[in-house]
Amino acid sequence: MGNRTPLYDAHLAAGGKMVDFSGWDMPIHYGSQLDEHHAVRRNAGVFDVSHMTVVDIQGEQATDYMRRLLANDVANVEAGQALYTAMLNEDGGVIDDLIVYKRDNGYRVVVNCATREKDLAWMEEQTSGFDVVVREHPDLAMLAVQGPEARGRLADLLPSAVAQHASTLKPFTFCEGAGWTVARTGYTGEDGLELILPGEQAPDFWQALLDAGVEPVGLGARDTLRLEAGLNLYGNDMDATITPLEANMGWTVAWTEGRDFIGRAALERRREEDHPVLRGLVLESKGVLRPHQRVITDQGEGETTSGTFSPTLGQAIALARLPAGVTGEVEVEIRNKRLPARVVKPPFVRNGKTVYKYL
Amino acid sequence: MSQIPEELRYATSHEWVRMEDDGNVYVGISDHAQDSLGDLVFVEPPEVGDEISTGDECGVVESVKAASDIYAPMSGEVIAVNENLEDSPELVNQDPYGDGWIYQLKPANKAEFDELLSADDYATTLEDDED
Repeated sequence: MGNRTPLYDAHLAAGGKMVDFSGWDMPIHYGSQLDEHHAVRRNAGVFDVSHMTVVDIQGEQATDYMRRLLANDVANVEAGQALYTAMLNEDGGVIDDLIVYKRDNGYRVVVNCATREKDLAWMEEQTSGFDVVVREHPDLAMLAVQGPEARGRLADLLPSAVAQHASTLKPFTFCEGAGWTVARTGYTGEDGLELILPGEQAPDFWQALLDAGVEPVGLGARDTLRLEAGLNLYGNDMDATITPLEANMGWTVAWTEGRDFIGRAALERRREEDHPVLRGLVLESKGVLRPHQRVITDQGEGETTSGTFSPTLGQAIALARLPAGVTGEVEVEIRNKRLPARVVKPPFVRNGKTVYKYL
Repeated sequence: MSQIPEELRYATSHEWVRMEDDGNVYVGISDHAQDSLGDLVFVEPPEVGDEISTGDECGVVESVKAASDIYAPMSGEVIAVNENLEDSPELVNQDPYGDGWIYQLKPANKAEFDELLSADDYATTLEDDED
């Protein structure tokens, strides 16, 4: 038996097909991954993401510590804003990608569950020399409510301490109250909120969402939604051997003058070299793109890092690491056949609309 | 509980086979197989004219989750493929034993049909899998 979130019984009650996900028993779907995908693009869906790891950073030198730890710069945002960033090793490789919520007196971060132990050990190790405390909160649940109707359906269900503020949140901002963190962030390319709440309140809140017409959505659709949105998945699209520059994450690196973040020297060297880049692919024939397929280009070979059938586009899409400068037509090798694909700039889908551009 | 029609024969790799009066057979994947795979988005059947042998990988079914090989339950020549699956792979989910058939085979040796699993025996293998 794996770890269970506070919503384990609720998943079974909703018909969830449970699978192991990095040691957690999680729903892959509740009947149809495709229907769940469309529910998020067209209406509203809720994901249980309580397996993710919530960590608070507090202390006199919390900001100095975060500016050293992370490739993006927390000094560039105000309290109440969220920031997407990589956490790098000394070689510039991505230890994890995470969301930082900047508070009046410290930071809350959400890291991936598959990298939990590694992340916590690294974060603890880096506290050396800083007046800072890093503390995990395994008692919290986390839900993502996403889709064009998500915020409307949620409006009357939030605790009064956050309801008013939550209704006025701008993208990538958050508010807190009554032990809840409510953020206008997500991993689907749709509008919506991510909510961190006390675990014991999660089952009632989940039920209230379902009663309000929000569909339960499994981790299967979470993957197809994030890929359509052109968002990376740690372990697929980047890992500790890949720098942000090779993972379409250059925009998350803040080169603030004089800020010595971990991995900076290595990134500065990498920036001067020829290195592969992460691009989107759209398959131009029938078939399904998957991770680790060979991509043949006129400038050398590349490889898909994530791939799937896009339910919104009705064709296969992928992220692929390609030699820099590759554009136009390429070929992907699928079961010893070479099929034509086009190099594109992700995202593929945003707010229900096809948005990719040919490169 | 998945459906396992009595009149069909089954391979342990989850294909079903239906014998027609003319001695040719239809081949598809079982209700259990389609349910395990989830929503199908692509079916690559063998090609008409292919000579296939029992146990050969002769096609692929892909769901949003994963790709899965389909194996030849009998030897013979592929005489037809279900062209509706090209645009509607979901037929395999909706009607695995009917409109979701994948290809038609002219068996090289009809005796192979009797060597396949009966509905009861196939049901037993599914129960064993779950243990």
